[in-house]
Amino acid sequence: MATRYHIEQYCRITNGRISKNGALVFESAETEFSAFIKTAYKTLGIAYSKFFKMDSLSKLALVAADLLLVEEPEKNMALVFSNNASSLDTDRKHQQSIQDPDGYFPSPAVFVYTLPNICMGEISIKHRLFSENSFFINNRFLADNLFDYTNSLLAMQKAEKVLCGWVDFDHGKYDAFLYVVAKNGTFTHSKESINQLYQTI
Amino acid sequence: MTDLKLELKEKIIEQLNLEDVSVAEIGDKDPLFGEGLGLDSIDALELIVMLDKDYGIKLADPKEGKQIFESVETMAAYITSKKAG
Repeated sequence: MATRYHIEQYCRITNGRISKNGALVFESAETEFSAFIKTAYKTLGIAYSKFFKMDSLSKLALVAADLLLVEEPEKNMALVFSNNASSLDTDRKHQQSIQDPDGYFPSPAVFVYTLPNICMGEISIKHRLFSENSFFINNRFLADNLFDYTNSLLAMQKAEKVLCGWVDFDHGKYDAFLYVVAKNGTFTHSKESINQLYQTI
Repeated sequence: MTDLKLELKEKIIEQLNLEDVSVAEIGDKDPLFGEGLGLDSIDALELIVMLDKDYGIKLADPKEGKQIFESVETMAAYITSKKAG
């Protein structure tokens, strides 16, 4: 199927490496995600007052999104994210805090992150986006779903651009691949190019 | 009371994840919300849970929180009064 849209820029965060448009922008030998993302946040000069209060999924998503949005003037940008683990990592923390009836002390700060789409809210707050957003749960990274939904949003003029991709965190393992789809860009927006960019970074 | 204030400052930093704040930077009378530490509504709920979990004090009326959580000093005074009572 022919497409009118293009991938403008993309980024990936996984296994201690952060890249933007195929170029390495940060690398760390830290094996713990919390230490890795904290160092990345400071090194990349990101500023968001709530950063250290967020859960791991939101930290991962915010850093990935910031790489692509920090110089982005377009505010009519939809967000279409997906992952496998939903917010399970935070869900478990909340579950542990309410497991014991005699020690029932749920943390409000943990509870507010027991939905995966909260990370899109954090991105929207930081970058002042008031646009459409959707979060899909899939077994694995599926370019088809993202491609179809993104094309639909753009074709229906729900947004000028779409920030989309995969943001997954569970058991300390993390993988983020975000890209911006717009009318103009370096790569043709196709299922093949999405898969290629995801697999080759 | 001084030990309790120090303890509260340490707990606030740890439980509210105030990454770039040290105990020395929190004055006893500094406002915790607004222009002070800049805590928000979720932080307020965390402080209510902290009072319950760590000091066995349940706030009967959430409206009391505004006065109790004004500063570390007011929190310490409230905890001390509840323990004495």
